[in-house]
Amino acid sequence: QESQASGLPEYIKIVEVGPRDGLQNEKVVIVPTDIKIELINRLSRTGLPAIEVTSFVSSKWVPQMADHKEVMRGIERHPGVQYPVLTPNLQGFHSAIAAGATEVSVFGAASESFSKMNINCSIEESIEKFEEVAKSARNMNIPVRGYVSCALGCPYEGSIMPAKVAEVSKRLYSMGCYEISLGDTIGVGTPGSMKRMLEAVMKEIPLSALAVHCHDTYGQALANILTAIQMGVAVVDSSVAGLGGCPYAKGATGNVATEDVIYMLNGLGINTGVNLYTVMEAGNFICTALNKKTNSKVAQASFNTGTTN
Amino acid sequence: AFPKRVKVVEVGPRDGLQNEKSVVPTPVKINLINMLSETGLQVIEATSFVSPKWVPQMADHTEVMQGINKLPGISYPVLTPNLKGFQAAVAAGAKEVSIFGAASELFTKKNINCSIEESLERFDEVMTAARAASIPVRGYVSCVLGCPYEGKISAAKVAEVSKKMYSMGCYEISLGDTIGVGTPGSMKEMLTAVMKEVPVGALAVHCHDTYGQALANILVALQMGVSVVDASVAGLGGCPYAQGASGNVATEDLVYMLNGLGIHTGVDLQKLMDTGTFICNALNRRTNSKVSQASCRL
Repeated sequence: QESQASGLPEYIKIVEVGPRDGLQNEKVVIVPTDIKIELINRLSRTGLPAIEVTSFVSSKWVPQMADHKEVMRGIERHPGVQYPVLTPNLQGFHSAIAAGATEVSVFGAASESFSKMNINCSIEESIEKFEEVAKSARNMNIPVRGYVSCALGCPYEGSIMPAKVAEVSKRLYSMGCYEISLGDTIGVGTPGSMKRMLEAVMKEIPLSALAVHCHDTYGQALANILTAIQMGVAVVDSSVAGLGGCPYAKGATGNVATEDVIYMLNGLGINTGVNLYTVMEAGNFICTALNKKTNSKVAQASFNTGTTN
Repeated sequence: AFPKRVKVVEVGPRDGLQNEKSVVPTPVKINLINMLSETGLQVIEATSFVSPKWVPQMADHTEVMQGINKLPGISYPVLTPNLKGFQAAVAAGAKEVSIFGAASELFTKKNINCSIEESLERFDEVMTAARAASIPVRGYVSCVLGCPYEGKISAAKVAEVSKKMYSMGCYEISLGDTIGVGTPGSMKEMLTAVMKEVPVGALAVHCHDTYGQALANILVALQMGVSVVDASVAGLGGCPYAQGASGNVATEDLVYMLNGLGIHTGVDLQKLMDTGTFICNALNRRTNSKVSQASCRL
């Protein structure tokens, strides 16, 4: 009722990217397969509707995700929970399906330079690859989620035109992606640039097909997410314990912490279906396993009630 | 629509340093304030004229007040909990003071050992003296979005205390989310109630980032017309109620957001970051500002 009165969505779907985006960008030595599986299983019990599990990319490029098959086959599959995986091309797609994947994601970018540096091809060439994946996926009734990186800025090009983001989003949506996740890859966005970008994209893509994937590198993530949900966006990506630093700013943070997002949404009276406490426990598990401090402020505040050294 | 200009009130040297674990030597405090004076900030809370028995970190209040460069156009308010503190502050050269009330009875009892009503009576003495000396007084209300002892705080109570302090003569009321538990939902509800009693032009928000909600809460306040925001350079000042958790929102991160919104602050972000670097080195601690963390490594 509270959320309705304020014009905000009543329900927001949280897409948990910790096990893939998070772990892929953690500095540690490769996380053991059993730890990954345990993390995902714990996340499956929190009420999260979608958990990005792994990436079917060549282990030459992303060694952290080399165990993609084992992880896919090893996790519990809870009813009502989606377990999407990244598939950069047709080969990855087939491998993912063979391993039991029932949803896949493709990663585009709004920046030519970023596309070139990241996946060694132009935006157009990447779209062609994704179209192959989308076509196969359509034939097999596999939903495809599209990501657009650098939606609010690029580590190489600097500022990115909202029109470009809209253009790439439209290409992904037209090829059959059911949802487009707009990523502030280096976290430079602010509520101002978020608003302008969404206004441009919303001209091309229905609101219900949009998601935001905000990085907290400059501390702006929650303010940016708030702006997005004020504009009606109802899908938000986040990472348990804020796993996953920023590969473009050494030592800086990356993904926004799922716990902090849920805390805000709870406070706004928005339903997510997610139990904050169990997410914090999952976060505590993975941070202990990785021997690192959580990036979630909610977790920090909640777990530090006693004396510490 | 957002305000075109926002006044940033820098509380690092007082609120920040008071809640840091290490006691900072007087020359370092003075240098911090002097550096902040070069950033474009218009208001810098310098120190607190409280008995050193209660707040040893601020024991050097007179030396700090007398030692800092006071640049024209910049205000250097100081805390004065009572008449005695007020008189000491004025004698040391203070031209603006602050008084701290709370929207929670239990918090007031635990913090200053009296009821809200009694605390307002004490402040009345300060107000009378301040009026006679033409010294502006800023009023703070703590626990506006939650209390470490009482839990939930009613918006009506916040409005009541704010109204009293405004009626007493405070030119501005800074609404503090003391333990950072607020969210955009509770911020909106609280401000709606307060704005019925105090004009929005006289309101400020003082958000803590203990639960990571500060910038989102500030955004909502701005959307409702608030144009004065408190912050602490480098996010100095942990939360005394949650060990190891953060407290004040970092001025750098606030200015970054305001810049991105095209809101004028007059603050030079780079100079601010340099100041944050200085004080963090002096305190031998990492910054709490994400903007600072991100910028230094690129």
